[in-house]
Amino acid sequence: MAETELAEDKALAWTVKVWRGDAAGGGFAEYAVPARANQTVLDIVTHIQRELDPSLAYRFACRVGMCGSCAMEVNGRARWTCRTHASKVVTEGGTLELRPLANLPVIRDLATDMAPFFDKWAKAGGRFQPKDAKDGEVPADFAVVPPASKKRQEADAGIECIGCGVCYASCDIVAWNPDYLGPAALNRAWTLVNDVRDGARRGRLDAVAGDAGCHSCHSTQSCTERCPKNLDPSSAIAGLKRSIFWRFLEPGGDR
Amino acid sequence: MRGQVHLWAAQRVTAALLAVAVLVHLVTILLAVRGGLTAGEIIGRLSGSETWLLFYAVFALSAGLHAAIGLRNVGAEWLGLRGRRADLAWLGVGLLTALFGIRAAWGLYAA
Ligand code: SF4
Ligand code: SF4
Ligand code: FES
Repeated sequence: MAETELAEDKALAWTVKVWRGDAAGGGFAEYAVPARANQTVLDIVTHIQRELDPSLAYRFACRVGMCGSCAMEVNGRARWTCRTHASKVVTEGGTLELRPLANLPVIRDLATDMAPFFDKWAKAGGRFQPKDAKDGEVPADFAVVPPASKKRQEADAGIECIGCGVCYASCDIVAWNPDYLGPAALNRAWTLVNDVRDGARRGRLDAVAGDAGCHSCHSTQSCTERCPKNLDPSSAIAGLKRSIFWRFLEPGGDR
Repeated sequence: MRGQVHLWAAQRVTAALLAVAVLVHLVTILLAVRGGLTAGEIIGRLSGSETWLLFYAVFALSAGLHAAIGLRNVGAEWLGLRGRRADLAWLGVGLLTALFGIRAAWGLYAA
């Protein structure tokens, strides 16, 4: 009951500027939403779409921080909106600005085309290639990788990526170099490089080397700072650089 | 791809060389200016010394290459200058910078 009263009190409404448009361009539309204490940014977007303007396009699925589909720019910073409390990001004046994720083509309103992002995972050799089985085959037996082993822990460090694209949207190099594979794809590659069951290390290290790959990263750590899963793509990329450097020094390694 | 990795490695190696070279350079300056600095004193130290010639040649080459590789990145990221022609131009810039330094070192060695 108290919440509805709040909602009706104009003085306690927030002003949300939402970018509306498509690939051809667009601009901001303003909506007044109730200033509820316990709501996420995604709740606000859903409120706008259900109550104020059904034509608003946005994307979500799980609402609990697992699927990685709800990321947007909230007040100029990429975030997972389903796990972002609105009260924590709203300005003192009670405003929010929502834009589609940066560094990706816009489909409509708050929905971006994630295809270039995931294409780069494929380019970075992001597919697990079992050592003891041919292309795509299921290995005959389970591989035992002791959880306490160093390699296992290194692989585990980056495994929880939900593919939300927050890091990708926060990286200057992605903005400056359209070919740059980006933090998430490189983090995935590093996870597989550390996977003792994987047999495609050499090809993968080749795929992530050079100007489009790990060597363009400036280690500025925006990706690490903003990853909602607290992963550390910046360190993963440093690991790739190290592995490629040492491979050069191995006899016959530079092939 | 491999060339790009070589460039990255070269920049790390030249950075390490530069760290040492700049330190030696600064210490030399601090010691040399004590009691005033004269052209004669500088020539006295450097003329005919292969060690100093080699030191300054490596220093100049590292500086030239290091700067050119860095500028190549800046050019690619901020100005969109990419490709073979840009690479050759940056190589020219790097070698030219190095050449100026090496020529000066040679001049003092031969003086
Ligand atoms: S550390 Fe590298 S990948 Fe991460 S944001 Fe910075 S440049 Fe991008
Ligand atoms: S590394 Fe983090 S920010 Fe990047 S896609 Fe994965 S979960 Fe999202
Ligand atoms: S809706 Fe699935 S992570 Fe936000």
